[in-house]
Amino acid sequence: MKKNNWFSKIIKFVNGEVSFDFKEKEKEVRRDTTHIEKSLLQRFVEWHDASGFKVFRNFYAAASVVIAMCIIGVLITTVSYMPAYGEFSNPVNNEVTERYIEKGMEETGAVNIIAGVILDYRAFDTFGESCVLFVASCSVMMLMRKDKKGKSEEVFTAYDPKRDTIVKGVAKIIVPFNLMLGIYVVLNGHLSPGGGFSGGAIMGASLILFSSAFGYKKVSKILTEKVVKTVTFISLTFYAFAKGYSFFTGANHIPSGIPTGTPGDIISAGLILPLNIAVGLVVTMTMYSFYALFTREEI
Amino acid sequence: MPFIANFPFFCILITMFGGIVTAIVNGKWAYRINTFVVSATLVLNGSLLLFMVKNPQAITYMMGHYPAPWGNEIRFGPLEALMATVFSFVTLSALVCGKTEIFDDVKPKNLHYFYIMINLLLSSLFALIYTNDLFTAYVFVEINTISACAIVMAKESGKTLAATMRYLIMSSLGSGLFMLSIVLIYGITGQLLMVPMHDEIAAIVSSGMFRIPLTVVIGLVCVAMAIKSALFPFHTWLSHAHGSATTASSAILSGLVLKGYIILLIKFIVRVIGLETIVSFKVLNILFVFAVCAMIIGSLDAIKETHIKRMIAFSSVAQMGYIYIGISLGNYWGLVAACLHIIIHALTKPMLFSAAGGLACASGHKKNFDDLKGAAYRNPLAAFAFVIGSLSMIGIPFFAGFASKYFISMAAMETGAKMWITLGALAVSTVLNAIYYISAIKVIFTRTDAPVVKHKNSASYVVGMSMLIITNILLGLFYQPVVNIIVKGIELL
Repeated sequence: MKKNNWFSKIIKFVNGEVSFDFKEKEKEVRRDTTHIEKSLLQRFVEWHDASGFKVFRNFYAAASVVIAMCIIGVLITTVSYMPAYGEFSNPVNNEVTERYIEKGMEETGAVNIIAGVILDYRAFDTFGESCVLFVASCSVMMLMRKDKKGKSEEVFTAYDPKRDTIVKGVAKIIVPFNLMLGIYVVLNGHLSPGGGFSGGAIMGASLILFSSAFGYKKVSKILTEKVVKTVTFISLTFYAFAKGYSFFTGANHIPSGIPTGTPGDIISAGLILPLNIAVGLVVTMTMYSFYALFTREEI
Repeated sequence: MPFIANFPFFCILITMFGGIVTAIVNGKWAYRINTFVVSATLVLNGSLLLFMVKNPQAITYMMGHYPAPWGNEIRFGPLEALMATVFSFVTLSALVCGKTEIFDDVKPKNLHYFYIMINLLLSSLFALIYTNDLFTAYVFVEINTISACAIVMAKESGKTLAATMRYLIMSSLGSGLFMLSIVLIYGITGQLLMVPMHDEIAAIVSSGMFRIPLTVVIGLVCVAMAIKSALFPFHTWLSHAHGSATTASSAILSGLVLKGYIILLIKFIVRVIGLETIVSFKVLNILFVFAVCAMIIGSLDAIKETHIKRMIAFSSVAQMGYIYIGISLGNYWGLVAACLHIIIHALTKPMLFSAAGGLACASGHKKNFDDLKGAAYRNPLAAFAFVIGSLSMIGIPFFAGFASKYFISMAAMETGAKMWITLGALAVSTVLNAIYYISAIKVIFTRTDAPVVKHKNSASYVVGMSMLIITNILLGLFYQPVVNIIVKGIELL
C-alpha cells in the first residue's frame, strides 16, 4: 500500500500536519496532468445528492396538485351527467326502494325502515361493518398497548387533559343526560331514527367526556381491558350466532320462527332490537378504547 | 339446493367467528384455533370444489330471507370454489411454514392479535371471492385493508411501521376510489347486486344514456383495484410492505391479498359490465399499457435489488403485470390465462418467500445477498424450494409458471395489434426474470470459506414447505385439469 495516497493526505490535513497551501498545489498538479471529465451519471448523482431532493419534492407537490385538480374536474363533470337529484324517474326509484318502503314495516316489524334495511334485508353488510370496528380496535390495541413494565406512570398521563372546574361542572350536568340519550337511541333504533351505530357513538362520547373530566381511574373501576374485551366478544358472538341462524334458515327456505311482533311496540321487530344493542355496545367499547389507547396506551 | 351449497357461508362465518374467539385467548391457543379454522375452511372449500367439478353449476345463496335485489347474496361456481380452495391451502401452508418466525418476530402480547388479523383477512378474502353484491365487497375490502396493514405492522420495528404507513395511505386511496365508483354506479343503475346491475347496465348501454358516468365508473374501479393489487404506477408501497413484514405475512400478502382484488375486478368485468361491453369502453387498453410497463419495470427494479425479500416483492410487481395483461387482452382466453396465473403465482410466491425466510434464518437473519452466500448448503430444503419457485417464475417448461405464459401467448394470438406487444413484453420479461432469479440462485449456491453449519429446520417448516413444493411440482406437470375448471368457471361466472 502506498503511503502517500490521497486518503492519508486527507488525514494528515485534518490532523493539521500538512499546511493549507499543500492542498492548493495538489489540486493544481491534478488539474494539469489528469483532467477527468465527469460522466453524466456522476454529475447527476452529485446534483441529486446536493439539491435533487428539494427539486423532486417541489415537483411532487406541484404534480399532486395538478393530478388532484384533474380528478376533481373529472368527477365534477361526471356528476353533471348523473340523473338529477330527487326526480321521480331516476333509476334509484325502482322496485328495490319500493319494497323497502311499502313492505318494510310488515316484513321486518321495524317502524324505522333504515333499521329494517341494515339489520334485516342487508344484515350481512352490517355484520361486516361491526367486524370492521372490531378489527380496527384490535389493530390499535396491537400498535398502542404499552408493555406492562419499563415505563413510568407519568409518560402515560402526559396526554391526559388537565381537569379544570369548568369541564368538571359541565360534564356533571351533561354526562348523565348524554348517556341516557345514547341508551334511548339504541333501544328505540327500530322505532325512531338512530340505532346501534349512532347510539353507541353517543354513549362512547359521553364516556370519553367523563373520563377527561374526572380522570381515567374512575372509569377504569368499571371498564377494565378485560371488561371491554368480554363485552365486545359477547356482542359479536351473539351477532354472529343470531345472524348466522337467520342466514342459514333464509337460504335453506326454513321459516326462522322469530316473531316480528306489533310494529311500534318496544319489544318488536324480531332480532333488530337485540342486534342494535349488540352493535351499540361494540361501538361504545371501540370508541372508548380508541380514546384510552391514544391518550395513555392502555385501557 | 344441496346442503353443500351452505359451505361458502360456513367458511366466511367460521373464519369471522374464529377471529372473534381468538380475541380472548393467549398466543398459543390463538395459533391452535387459527390452524383448526383454516384447515376446516380447506376441507369445506375442497369438498365444494369436488362437488363443482362433478356437477358444474352456478349457485346463488341468499344471505337472509329476502331474494335478489332486496337482500344480500353470495354466488359461486367452479372458479370461486377453486380460488377459495387455493387461498385456504396457501394460508394454511404459509402459516405452518412461518410459525417459528411468527413466534420470534411478533411480541407475545400481540400474538393473538396477529391471528385475529389472519382470520379476518381470510374471511374477507372469501367474501371478496364469493360475494354477489358490490357493497358487501366494499365492506370486506375495508376489513381486508385494515387487517393486511396490521399483519405488516405485527413485526414492530421502524421499517415496518413506515412501510405500514405507506401501505395504509395507498390502500385507503384505493378503497375511497372504489367507494366513489359504487356511489356513481348505484346512481345510474339503482342496484347493488351484481346480476340485476348487469341487466340495468345492458339497458343503459343499448339506450346510450349515462355513457360518461359509466366510463368513469369503469375507470375508477380499474384504478382502485390496480392500486390495491400494486399494478405498475401504483406499486411503490409493495416492496417495502412485503419486504419488511414477517415471512408468513409477506407470503400471505403477496400470494393472496393482491389476488383477492383481482378476482373482484374480474367479477366486475364479467358479471357486472360484461366482457363485450367493457371492451367497447376502451378502458382495458390503459390497463394493458400499465401491465406491459409493470412486467418490464418490476423486473428491472428486482435486478437492482440486493435484499432477497424485496427482490421477490418486486418480482410480484412483474407477475401482477402478467395477470393484468391477461385481463386487458379483453378476450375469453385472456381471462383464463389471468386466472391460471393467479393460482400459479398464489402457490409459488409464498413458497419463494418462505424459502427466502428459511435461507435468511440459516444466515443469521440477514437478508442481503452478501450474507446469503452459501446459504443453500446450510439449508438445502429452502434452497430446493427457492430453485423450484425461481424456475417456475421464469417460465421453464414442466414448471408451473410456463403454463400461464403459454396461455397468455395463446390468448394474445387472438388479438390484433396487442399480440406483438404482448409477445415482445413476455420475451423481454422472461429474460429479465431469468437474470435476477438465476443470479440469486448463483449467490446462494456459492461456497464460502467458512465451515458449513447446517441449520436445523423446525418440524412445522418442513411440513409447510413440503406441502408447497409438492403442490407446485404437481401443478407444473398437470395443469390441464385446473385449466378445465377455470374454463367452466368463467363460463358460469
